[in-house]
Amino acid sequence: MGDQFQASKPIYMQIVSKVQQQIIRGDLQAGSKLPSVREMAIQSGVNPNTIQRTYSELERTGIVLTKRGQGTFVTEEHGVIAALKREMQDEVIHSFVNSMKELGVPPEQLIQKVEDYLEGSS
Amino acid sequence: MIEFAEVYKKYGKKKAIHSMSFALEKGKIYGLVGPNGSGKSTTLKLIAGLAYPSEGNVTVNGKKPDRKTAGTVAYLTELDTLYPSFTPKDLISFYDTQFSDFDQTRAYELLSFMSLEKDIKIKHLSKGSRGRLKLVVALARDAEYLLLDEPFSGLDPMVRESIVKGLLTFIDFEKQTLLIATHEIAEIEALLDEVLVLQNGELIAHEEVEALREEKGLSIIEWMKVIFQSSAKRNEI
Repeated sequence: MGDQFQASKPIYMQIVSKVQQQIIRGDLQAGSKLPSVREMAIQSGVNPNTIQRTYSELERTGIVLTKRGQGTFVTEEHGVIAALKREMQDEVIHSFVNSMKELGVPPEQLIQKVEDYLEGSS
Repeated sequence: MIEFAEVYKKYGKKKAIHSMSFALEKGKIYGLVGPNGSGKSTTLKLIAGLAYPSEGNVTVNGKKPDRKTAGTVAYLTELDTLYPSFTPKDLISFYDTQFSDFDQTRAYELLSFMSLEKDIKIKHLSKGSRGRLKLVVALARDAEYLLLDEPFSGLDPMVRESIVKGLLTFIDFEKQTLLIATHEIAEIEALLDEVLVLQNGELIAHEEVEALREEKGLSIIEWMKVIFQSSAKRNEI
């Protein structure tokens, strides 16, 4: 506990990413209910105000919605989830490609390198 | 609201608190951090009405702390003050006679949440169990303000985690304000709204925890290293 969060990013954003990952992996299905703010706070050992911010941010992006008196739910619009999935994948690819550029690997060698790596590790 | 206005506290010639001003709002969790001897416990005692300022004003909901305001403040001391021949059950009955806001049902819920038995004498309990028991009776009060002095000190990581979960489960964030004095910062960082840093009896910084990360990209510990270094440099000059 405590050290599970990176210092460089706000805690609420780190939990946003965690929930987004659970949604695009399908651990949290479309239309399913998220834990209440209090439950989520207890699960992650985090201030409830922080979780409240997490939920507001998720809601702002449209991936979840709050139904008055019922709680917070994952969107049922699969298009929104698919878009988030692409966006998060693009982010990872972008940072990977950039890091490899900094190591002097030209883009045309990237695919070969990834294939070699995957073969080696299987 | 708890307010300090230009508060000084001396014990004899020794100054414990020096020119301290701050305000704590309702419904938030505050961390009071700083090295040993920086004035954390004295600050809590001033709020609880167990010590009085030498100069300046301390107010709790606009009133000076005394035996009457003590009804709105629950104070968990860092000292081991439990009566050894009592069982947790005796302790709960005793607290029930002392505090009108004490909730016995909640106390027993907390007891089982903390996996403590009610019929074993306190002198036979481990340090970790005594630490949890102190929290049980503090949290079983419906007090507006909860002051915890070093609730984690000397306790193992599992016990610390159960204390953090106990706080999150049983505190009513609509009504209660929590002030935790500790030097175990990593343990409670994610729990805090704001942090107040003390050094040699002075309040040297007061920040929102998430703002530190957003604006400076620092955790509390990293940030404290920065401010302690800069105050050490100031003292050299």
